[in-house]
Amino acid sequence: MTVETLIALAACALVGIGLYGLIVQPHPLRKVVAFNVMGSGVFVIFGALARRGAAAGMLADPVPQALLITAIVVAFAATAMTVALLLRLIESTGSASLAAEPPSADGEAR
Amino acid sequence: MRAVVSLVVVLLLLWLAVWTVVARDAFLAVVGFIAYGLLLSLVWVRLYGIDVALIEAAIGGGLTGALLLGAVGRLRGTEAAARSERPGAGTRAFAMVLSLGVTVVLVLCVLALPEPAPTLAPQAAQELPATGVGNPITGVLLAFRALDTLLEAIVLVIALIGVWSLAPDRFWGGRPGLRHDADPDGVLAYFARVLPPIGIVVGIYLLWAGADHPGGKFQSATILAAMWMLVQMTGLADTPAVASRWLRAGVVVGPLVFVAVGLLGLWTAGDFLGYPPDWAKPMIVVIEVALLPTLVLVLALLMNGAPARNVKR
Repeated sequence: MTVETLIALAACALVGIGLYGLIVQPHPLRKVVAFNVMGSGVFVIFGALARRGAAAGMLADPVPQALLITAIVVAFAATAMTVALLLRLIESTGSASLAAEPPSADGEAR
Repeated sequence: MRAVVSLVVVLLLLWLAVWTVVARDAFLAVVGFIAYGLLLSLVWVRLYGIDVALIEAAIGGGLTGALLLGAVGRLRGTEAAARSERPGAGTRAFAMVLSLGVTVVLVLCVLALPEPAPTLAPQAAQELPATGVGNPITGVLLAFRALDTLLEAIVLVIALIGVWSLAPDRFWGGRPGLRHDADPDGVLAYFARVLPPIGIVVGIYLLWAGADHPGGKFQSATILAAMWMLVQMTGLADTPAVASRWLRAGVVVGPLVFVAVGLLGLWTAGDFLGYPPDWAKPMIVVIEVALLPTLVLVLALLMNGAPARNVKR
């Protein structure tokens, strides 16, 4: 197995791990972290494809690599936007809950 | 030997990913995520993406990590309540099955990839001399796929407007975050005085070197933004007020110049974002230099967040 295949397979697992965290973790900030892990898995698969496209004296296909740079920057912008939304949610409701019903008082006390 | 190193890096990466997802509290998860980002940049080096590795270390691990760490501090009180909302065993089992299913499908796709791999590298290598830049990534970002980069710059500005618009009405136009106050004789203040001159030189070097070597405006902008954040963190300079005119001009100058160059191309080269022959390199330099203030300001201001106090304190 080549190194890029190994890395691509691991990246598939990263997507799965991130997806699991996104569903299971109740706190929105944990969901943001998990979503970033999931996104990075997608990026790494794409990066492995770029490496497979090595040709013409280049060690990797530059087109997907350039798109990856764009993608990482946009992912940061989206994360910053989400965190700002989250902080505003807490500021206005006092809770970070995404549940349809606000949690009961004894739930908060725990 | 190389394969063994790759295997160890990959296993560590997977372990850290699991750690960030199952960690006991958000602080541990974010710390794990920062380490994960740094390790990920090693993976990018393994995939021969030096430019991507630089951006991953700077933005993926660095800026995103710092942003999340800042949020953790302000969200402390809400974690206990969230813990009581933990989904039941049924949901967890379903999530596990779904995640495993997605992973298996992706693995099958990766194993079924076509041989030989499709690639645009030969075309890029053939056309690169016409752009006058030596780094193929810069060539792709600012010549072959310049439209993507233009739209990305616009997305960044829109994201910033989105963050700003989350300000409560009474603070609109004010300064984001709290004014930091560090010990003026402390280590942090010392660093904030010593590091920026070096950081500014490194940042501008990365911008210039990006034409022919790994680097470029994004990597450069991240370092410059980090220097500014450092100065803000010690209270040596306050966060800028959102209403400031120079600030807003700096935020939009990059996309505006980019669009202007694109329209100029319509006239001189017959195509939006087309560069007239022999003028590609100067055009690319103009765009890169104009994008730099936009990127520095947007990255730093996204870190600062929504306005939270009035200009007059």
